[in-house]
Amino acid sequence: MKGMTVIVKKTTQLIAGMVFLYGIYVIIHGHLTPGGGFAGGVILAGSFILLILAFGSDFMHLTKEEAGSTLYENLAILFVVFLAVSGLLLGARIFFLNWLPKGNPGELVSAGVLPLYNIFVGIEVASSILTIFLALVIFKEEISE
Amino acid sequence: MEIAISIITGLMIIGALYAIHAKDLLSAVIACGIVGYGLVICFLLLKAPDLAIVQIVVETITLIIMVAVVLDSSREEKYSKPDGQGYMAIITSLVMIVVLFYFFRMAIDSLDVFGSGSLRMAGPYIEGATEKTGSANLVTGVVFDFRGYDTLGEATVLVTAVLGVLTILRIKGKK
Amino acid sequence: MIVYLLCFLLFLVGLYGVITRRNLIKIAISLSIMEFSTFLLLALVGYTDGGVAPIVDPASPVQKYVDPLPQAMVLTAIVIGLATTAMLMAIIIRLYRKYGTFDIREIKTLKG
Repeated sequence: MKGMTVIVKKTTQLIAGMVFLYGIYVIIHGHLTPGGGFAGGVILAGSFILLILAFGSDFMHLTKEEAGSTLYENLAILFVVFLAVSGLLLGARIFFLNWLPKGNPGELVSAGVLPLYNIFVGIEVASSILTIFLALVIFKEEISE
Repeated sequence: MEIAISIITGLMIIGALYAIHAKDLLSAVIACGIVGYGLVICFLLLKAPDLAIVQIVVETITLIIMVAVVLDSSREEKYSKPDGQGYMAIITSLVMIVVLFYFFRMAIDSLDVFGSGSLRMAGPYIEGATEKTGSANLVTGVVFDFRGYDTLGEATVLVTAVLGVLTILRIKGKK
Repeated sequence: MIVYLLCFLLFLVGLYGVITRRNLIKIAISLSIMEFSTFLLLALVGYTDGGVAPIVDPASPVQKYVDPLPQAMVLTAIVIGLATTAMLMAIIIRLYRKYGTFDIREIKTLKG
């Protein structure tokens, strides 16, 4: 599909990086401010969708398979399960145990395993939504040939 | 607070009625956005900022996918007079609406007045949460620490949905 | 109490749309409206008058918080609703490419 006009392209060049950074901020501060893994992951995917919609899929060479994004999604959810199982192996036999030191609530490095969960769930959600969107775009490309 | 939420819910009902009866499909999809974004304002009034952030971004992604489906097709709904099967559907739906409304009216008589904290498990969850989980955001602590299984199930549902979409939208492979 | 009744009325509007409409996109929109009404009902049940948002500030402790448990459930449900709607849209695109119409009566008579 074709891209959009010059105004949209210039605005996207300015904004897309800031949306990406905002998504990372919402994921990392998930245990201090509202947000967390799910909202931040969707915002992260939103920045990629903005780039694809503004510049068109011919520019981004998207007519081949969407190989990379499913790899990240599967690796991220494998890490979540590993983190949950690691509570079983270390000491007390509890699934999903919070085994890192907790620290003072209100600081960035606190709350045990929770920031790690937020990061991996954020990567997983972002890759899922990006894969759904790429499947749609590639389907439309193959139909219109 | 109750009056404000009632007004916004009334506006959402009007938007939903328009979305069902619109003739142009693109107008119907955008009117579905009225219901979604009105829900964001309701969440902000109910002191739930986490839910408001998630609902606003998810609603935007849903609207993008729906517009991508509708845009390449003939964008109108054929209207024809309802024949025998159509009248049967309308009468069935009206009967179901009346019966369900009556039973719901009976069911909420046992709830407390709106806003008086009618859930009993709220106290034990809130009291020691900051020391037990170590996080300042109570909803994140509940989602990832007290209720970790639900989050694992939700991530699994997302991966399964992506698997389903990739299977349906494949063309090559049938040479 | 009238808030609960209005919220259930939104659910019934969605149910009316699913039963009586013949266009596939209208059915998908009505399903989405039914899901939104259940999110609203869950969030309404957990609200207490005079409570603040459930974020703890360690410097100034507050007595009354809004209940965080229904909010956690609705958070999970919103993401599951997105997954369901995306999959429904994929099926609808595929049906349109094969049969050329969105109408369910015509698709039923056009087999194969």
